[in-house]
Amino acid sequence: MANTLGRILIYTVLCLTAFYYLLPLYVMFITSVKGLEEIRSGNLLSFPTDISFAAWGKAWSSACTGVECRGLSSYFYNSVRMVIPGVLISTALGAINGYVLAKWRFKGSEIIFAMILFGVFMPFQVLLLPMAQTLGWMGIASSTTGLVFVHVVCGLASTTLFFRNYYVGIPDELIKAARLDGAGFWRIFFKIILPMSTPIIMVTLIWQFTNIWNDFLFGVVFSAGDSQPITVGLNNLANTSTSVKEYNVDMAAAIIAALPTILVYVFAGKYFVRGLTAGAVKG
Amino acid sequence: MSISAQEAHYGFTERWLPRLVLAPSFLLTLIFLYGFIIWNCYLSFTTSRLMPNLTWAGLAQYQILFENERWWVAVKNLFIFASLFIGSGMAIGIGLAIFLDQKIRGEGILRTIYLYPMALSFVVTGTAWKWMLNPGLGLEKLMHDWGFIHFTFDWLVNSEMSIYTVVIAGVWQSSGFVMALFLAGLRGVDDSIIKAAQIDGASLPRIYWKIILPALRPVFFSTLMILSHIAIKSFDLVMALTGGGPGFSSVVPATFMYAMAFTRGQMGVGAASSMMMLATVAALVVPYLYSELRGKKNG
Repeated sequence: MANTLGRILIYTVLCLTAFYYLLPLYVMFITSVKGLEEIRSGNLLSFPTDISFAAWGKAWSSACTGVECRGLSSYFYNSVRMVIPGVLISTALGAINGYVLAKWRFKGSEIIFAMILFGVFMPFQVLLLPMAQTLGWMGIASSTTGLVFVHVVCGLASTTLFFRNYYVGIPDELIKAARLDGAGFWRIFFKIILPMSTPIIMVTLIWQFTNIWNDFLFGVVFSAGDSQPITVGLNNLANTSTSVKEYNVDMAAAIIAALPTILVYVFAGKYFVRGLTAGAVKG
Repeated sequence: MSISAQEAHYGFTERWLPRLVLAPSFLLTLIFLYGFIIWNCYLSFTTSRLMPNLTWAGLAQYQILFENERWWVAVKNLFIFASLFIGSGMAIGIGLAIFLDQKIRGEGILRTIYLYPMALSFVVTGTAWKWMLNPGLGLEKLMHDWGFIHFTFDWLVNSEMSIYTVVIAGVWQSSGFVMALFLAGLRGVDDSIIKAAQIDGASLPRIYWKIILPALRPVFFSTLMILSHIAIKSFDLVMALTGGGPGFSSVVPATFMYAMAFTRGQMGVGAASSMMMLATVAALVVPYLYSELRGKKNG
């Protein structure tokens, strides 16, 4: 009896919490399909009588983000242009670094690993001023190329950590056997290691995608005008003061900005969770 | 087999190839992380304001920093935010993990729901909560509609309370993450320990409190590390939710640094404040990394 009561309590708490976590998503969506009149007369949770996607259209193509009023679409494409090379390059470098650090150790390689590892924890504020100047010297300030470069440099630490920890788990005997067969560094990597790496590649791709897509700090510091990513666009849009605050447009914009990472999470959540816990538990 | 003995078997190329392959990343790290730390440190000792310059100023920028009221508000806010964010995040996350560990039907779905905020950008979270906590049309209106006519909720525009709205949104976003870490830890605890304790007549809460949670000490520490690190770095959430306002009541060191370095033309002060952030993180992380790497060697 006490047991049943206990289980009912547990389920109640779990469901109420789930409800609480979902609430903001519900509110965002419901607000985005309401008209302004209904937002003012109804409340956060009230269901719209008139469902309209006008706010979505406005958020995408004509809402004001500061002085310009062209919506989020160009910001969205900027993010896409930034995230694809950023993710691919940092993942490829991480894989190769992890391979060396786990399977081809040399004198000092552990120290190099420790040095790279500190990058996971470093507050990036320390880099901002020198980086801004250096990007200027390299001629890639305020450009998507510059942002990609920063994301690759700052993402190296976690991608290397992911691959290194994964490759440590692959038995050394496998490498030794391949070497006896005359396989060299690259052959072992491409023929043996890489085919075994699908899970960790997925984890790293998704991790980097989420991080780079969601980044705001580098976006706001290192980009301007036509290279700003979606997070900066959203922040500008939500903080642009207009005579009438259009909350429906704000919420539609927020959902647009969140959609890619939410979709990735829904379809590949398993890998996302593994990335979160892998980075943490194995430190 | 020692590393050098192993290396002796390698050919010339194979001995140098790994080093060569690692070199670009090593150089990037050396220059763009460690070199920049030194550079930034040097900047904090110069008279740099709108433009960087190399004129030595000693500790002048630090003195300006420490006499700046805004900086101390930021430090105090970080302290409030970090302790509440970590404390409630941990409590909620551990609670959810323990509940989910009771062979719950629909666990997969629940887990997915608890963790999805982690996939969102803090800017999205900030924008959403800014609307929901909005005095007037947000939570306040909802409570009025439900009959609580005298309910007021003005934290977002109340300089005494604004930092707590950051806590609310931050905990909403991150507690699912704590849940995931602890659930993974709980799943690693040997079932037979629990069975044995149950046979001895220990109650379930007692088993968790006395046996299982103490066994999860490493998870506890890494979670603590990650949460405090998120707290110190938190920038986007504050920018999107309160913008540091009203006034400068909800600034944190990260937004302070950004404002000084990039919008207020106080580069030296910005550099000095980021050095303070680095020192704080290093004080937390270096001992942790050291013990982790050492522990691995011995284990």
